Amino acid sequence: MSSRPRMTWHRLLLWTVLLLWAAWFLAPLYVMVVTSLKDMQQVREGHLLSLPTAPTLAAWAKAWSSACTGVDCGGLKPFFMNSVLMVVPAVLLSTALGALNGYVLAKWRFPGSETMFAMLLFGVFMPMQVVLLPMSQVLGWLGIASSIWGLMLVHILAGLPSTTLFFRNYYVGLPDELVKAAMLDGAGFWQIFWRIVLPLSTPIVVVTLIWQFTAIWNDFLYGVVFSGADSKPITVGLNNLSNTSSSVKEYNVDMAAALIAALPTLIVYVLAGKYFVRGLTAGAVKG
Amino acid sequence: MSAPSTAPAPWLPRLVVAPSFLLGFLFIYGLIAWNGYLSLSASRLLPNYEFVGLAQYVNLFENERFHVAMKNMAIFGVLFVGGAMALGLLLAVLLDQKIRAEGVLRTVYLYPMAISFIVTGTAWKWMLNPGLGLEHLMHRWGFESFTFGWLVDPDKALYCIVIAGIWQSAGFVMALFLAGLRGIDESIVKAAQVDGASLPRIYWRILIPSLRPVFFSTLMVVSHLAIKSFDLVMALTAGGPGYATDLPATFMYAMAFSRGQIGLGAAAATVMLATVAAIVVPYLYSELRARR
Repeated sequence: MSSRPRMTWHRLLLWTVLLLWAAWFLAPLYVMVVTSLKDMQQVREGHLLSLPTAPTLAAWAKAWSSACTGVDCGGLKPFFMNSVLMVVPAVLLSTALGALNGYVLAKWRFPGSETMFAMLLFGVFMPMQVVLLPMSQVLGWLGIASSIWGLMLVHILAGLPSTTLFFRNYYVGLPDELVKAAMLDGAGFWQIFWRIVLPLSTPIVVVTLIWQFTAIWNDFLYGVVFSGADSKPITVGLNNLSNTSSSVKEYNVDMAAALIAALPTLIVYVLAGKYFVRGLTAGAVKG
Repeated sequence: MSAPSTAPAPWLPRLVVAPSFLLGFLFIYGLIAWNGYLSLSASRLLPNYEFVGLAQYVNLFENERFHVAMKNMAIFGVLFVGGAMALGLLLAVLLDQKIRAEGVLRTVYLYPMAISFIVTGTAWKWMLNPGLGLEHLMHRWGFESFTFGWLVDPDKALYCIVIAGIWQSAGFVMALFLAGLRGIDESIVKAAQVDGASLPRIYWRILIPSLRPVFFSTLMVVSHLAIKSFDLVMALTAGGPGYATDLPATFMYAMAFSRGQIGLGAAAATVMLATVAAIVVPYLYSELRARR
C-alpha cells in the first residue's frame, strides 16, 4: 500500500491551494502599502508589485493633511476626526441600549415581547434606502440635518436591531435559575442586571462594541446622505479624495488615504479577530 | 416560556424597553410607510404630497436606466453570491483538514470583511486601472500584448465589481461554513471512515449535505448584501461608465439626491425593500418558529 506518499502529495496540493488564495487575499493590501510608500515617479517606473526604490511617507502626509477632496484641500484629517467624534458615542449608546433590550427580551419576557423582537429583527436586513428620504426630513425638523448629531442618531437607531439581537441571544443562554435565585433573595430588576447579568456579559459586550465600531466606522451610505459640509465621515472623505480629478492621478496618495481609513478597523481586527468573527456569525446564525 | 414573568414590578421591564422599541419601530416601520407614501406622490425636487397613485412605479418600470440597474442586479447577484458561496465553501473545507496554521490563514481570508467597501473599491480601482495597474504589470513581466480595460468598458465593468465583491465577502462565507463544519459530530466522520469511505466522498455525501441550514442562512445573508450593494459600486465605478454599472441602490441614490426625482427614488427603494423582504421574511419566520 502506498498510502503515505499519496497523503503527502495531497498535503502539498492542499497547501498550494491554501497559500495561493492567501496570496490573492493579501495582494491588494500589499499593493496598497507599497504604492503608498512611493512617489509618483516610482509609481510610473515600477509596477503594482515592485517595492519602492526610495521609500517615502510623503504620500501619507499629503493624504492626511493637504490632499484635495473636492474643492477643499485639507486632507483626510477633518473627516477622520468627524468619524471619531461620531463613532464613540454612537457605539457606546447603541451597545448599552442593546444590552438592556436583550436583558428584558431574554429574562423578563412579557406577552408580545417575542413578536416585538421578530419585528425589530427585520431592521437588521432591510435595505436602508427606504429610510433615507423620510429620515432626512425628520432630521431637518429636529434641527440636526447635516450635522454630526443627526448622523449619530441615525447610527444609534440603525444599530439597535443588531445590538438587541446579540445581547438577547447571549442572555437566553444564561440559566434562568440565576435570575430566579436572585429574585428569591429580594433582588430587583436593576440589581439583577448590575450585579449578576452584566458581570457575566464581558464577551458579548466586546463582540457588540467591535461589531458596532466596524459597522459605523465603515458606513458610507448614511455618511454621504445625512452629513453636511463639515460633518462628513472618513469614508466619504476617502471617496471624494479618490474621485477628485486632477491633472495627474496620484495613486500613491489614494492608497495612503485608503490605508488611513482602513487602519482603525484593521487594528481592532488584528487585536480582537476572535470576537469579530463571533459577531459575524452571531448575526447570521441563530443563537 | 420558562423565564420568570411574575416580577415584583411587571411594568418596569416594559417601561425600560419602551423608548428604544418605540423609536426603533418608528425608524423601521414608520419610515417605510412614509417612504411608501412618497413613492405614491408627485414629489420631484422637494417632497410634495399630491397623491398620484402608481404613476411613479409606471415611470420606474419604463425607465431605461432602471432596466439597466435591474439587469445588472441579476447578473451581479448570481455571480457575486455564487462566487462568494463557492469560494467560501472551498476554503472552509480545505481549512477543515487539520491545518497547522489555520488561525493565521483564517485571519488572512477574513480581514477584507473588517475594512470598508470604499477602501476595497479604491484599492481595486487602482489595481484594475488600464494605465498603470494590472495591464502595466503584465507588460513589465513580458506579456506585451496583454490588455485589461474592463474597468472602463461598459460591458465588462460590472465584472470588476463582482471580483472585488467576492474578494471582500468570501472570507465571511468561509467563517460561517467553518463554524458549521465544526458543529458536526465527529463520530459520523469516524463511522464513515470505518466503512471505508474516502474523504472527498465523506464531504460530498455526508458533511456538505448536513450543512444545509448553514447554507441557507448564509445564502440569505449574502443575497441581501448583494441587493443592498452601494458603497462598492460608488467607490469602484460610481455607476459608470455612463450608467452601465448602476444597481438599484445607486439608481435610487442618483434619483433621490442628485436628479431631483424624489418620488421615483422612493419607488425604487420600495422595490428594493420588497425584494429583500421576499428573501428574508420567510427565513425569519422559519427561524423564529423553529426556536419555539
